Amino acid sequence: MIRVDGLEVRFGDFTAVRGVSFTVAEGACFGLVGESGSGKSSVLRALAGLDGERGGRIEIAGAALAARPDKAARRRVQMVFQDPYGSLHPRHTVDAALAECLAIHRLDRRDARIRAVLDAVGLGTRLRYRYPHQLSGGQRQRVAIARALILEPRVLLLDEPTSALDVSVQAEILNLLAALRAERRLTLVLVSHDLAVVAHLCEHIAVMRQGVIVETFDRAALQRGAFTHPYTRALWQASGPYRREHAAALLAQAADD
Amino acid sequence: MNAPLLDIAGLEVAFRTPRGPVAAVRGVTLAIARGERVGIVGESGSGKSVTGRAVLGLLPAQAQLRAERLHFAGQDLRTLDAAGWRALRGRRIAMVMQDPKYSLNPVMRVGAQLIEALRCREPGLSARAARECALERLAGVRIREPARVFASYPHELSGGMGQRVMIAMMVAGGPELLIADEPTSALDVTVRLQILALLDAAVGARGMGLAFISHDLNLVADFCDRVVVMYAGRVLETLPAAGLHAARHPYTRGLLDALPRLDRPRATLPVLARDPAWLDGDGR
Ligand SMILES: Nc1ncnc2c1ncn2[C@@H]1O[C@H](COP(=O)(O)OP(=O)(O)OP(=O)(O)O)[C@@H](O)[C@H]1O
Ligand SMILES: Nc1ncnc2c1ncn2[C@@H]1O[C@H](COP(=O)(O)OP(=O)(O)OP(=O)(O)O)[C@@H](O)[C@H]1O
Ligand SMILES: [Mg+2]
Ligand SMILES: [Mg+2]
Repeated sequence: MIRVDGLEVRFGDFTAVRGVSFTVAEGACFGLVGESGSGKSSVLRALAGLDGERGGRIEIAGAALAARPDKAARRRVQMVFQDPYGSLHPRHTVDAALAECLAIHRLDRRDARIRAVLDAVGLGTRLRYRYPHQLSGGQRQRVAIARALILEPRVLLLDEPTSALDVSVQAEILNLLAALRAERRLTLVLVSHDLAVVAHLCEHIAVMRQGVIVETFDRAALQRGAFTHPYTRALWQASGPYRREHAAALLAQAADD
Repeated sequence: MNAPLLDIAGLEVAFRTPRGPVAAVRGVTLAIARGERVGIVGESGSGKSVTGRAVLGLLPAQAQLRAERLHFAGQDLRTLDAAGWRALRGRRIAMVMQDPKYSLNPVMRVGAQLIEALRCREPGLSARAARECALERLAGVRIREPARVFASYPHELSGGMGQRVMIAMMVAGGPELLIADEPTSALDVTVRLQILALLDAAVGARGMGLAFISHDLNLVADFCDRVVVMYAGRVLETLPAAGLHAARHPYTRGLLDALPRLDRPRATLPVLARDPAWLDGDGR
């Protein structure tokens, strides 16, 4: 469903992504983890056909992604952004935000679709006429997910979709995403810092650092902690329980490099 | 025993909305001592952030606040005037907001904002010293290229970079109380560990009080001293952090069980089944 070959993303003279390649089969879920600032969101934005100067090749559903994708291509690939506040218009209610998406893509049965999608993300209709600032962080994130789902995309790009959610809503969203995959053969690319979340949804996982993929492995390897790259091993270790002495030692050590 | 650094009793916050009032916080009682790390957990919308903002006097105009007690270091926050707030906010009490990039000024470069925060504490700082100090702070929060980030606008940062800039700014004032709202949710686990160690150092060295709002129950259990569990604007129970995993309340248990686990994969995750009786719970 997705083929990425030698992807580069530049912002002026800064290169955020330097030659990233991977493929994702239809209905599969591909996980991206890695260092903060390593280019994970930039990869997703490139897949969504958004900003940045792009090099290399991206194919979605067999067609090369154009520099400026048309409306149909954009609808096929929807993205849930990392920062739910920034991605929602402050002066649009939840209802208006969802109705706008439907209007842009000329979809019918608007009221029914809005109700169904709010239900699917566990918001109900109680918050339908609220503005973003009147919602909690987790409620905003669910609106962002609803906005992506309402267009019934083939590919859903999820940038830290549950890091702002409480664990019960996270469980609901993870269950929802698993169901959507099963029912609609939705293809997912998931960026997350939470290795347990990644292992829960993704069959294949890539680790990024400083703009490149350092290692790719499957779920079983992640569950066993069987890695070859030292950075992945460091990630694995750091995701265990918080130990005060270990953290302090890491801090002192990093200050020395 | 000394009076706690932060002492809240019976805090209530309601918002006026066109569809009638929304009670966001319904009688929260909570104390934080100097040098104490208090975790605040609870489902989305349970009032964690609103409680934090109430302590900083950062509620919007349509909010109505009532409290039996709202004291910081012996001062009554309810009677503070604008000058009183200026002396406290950013200097003695600071808050790392949940949406870091939204909370930064979008049209001002990161460096200039950081310098502003530093000057808030040391007004006489020269331009050169301020720049150096700001770069040091960025390196301190493990930013790889401090000079590039210094010259960037907030929208040019990754999620985790924005979060760290916010932490650098808030810790710059050397506050006595830090309210950190999901401060590490956008960080990879190795950077997260270092940021937690930095917070720990401020708690240990300066006796900073820390309110640590988080959805990460495992982390809170290991990192904090005490955990406050919130539900529907109330404190449902307060536990020693080390005892969080042994919590008995069905709500807290439900939160713990909903976590996906690397060592025990499950096809479907259990979600909370809410009991109306929890609404009136009071876990003082
Ligand atoms: N619009 C932009 N202009 C300039 N630089 C940018 C822009 N967007 C991102 N960058 C830079 O590109 C790099 C990669 O950013 P990206 O957001 O892809 O990281 P990330 O892996 O998603 O990190 P995080 O986990 O912290 O969200 C960062 O160094 C960032 O400063
Ligand atoms: N300005 C506002 N107007 C109306 N309601 C509001 C406003 N701000 C917050 N609320 C409501 O108050 C309740 C508590 O919100 P709060 O942001 O404290 O939740 P939270 O516990 O921090 O949740 P999360 O974990 O999702 O961030 C929510 O139901 C929210 O919708
Ligand atoms: Mg990102
Ligand atoms: Mg919140």
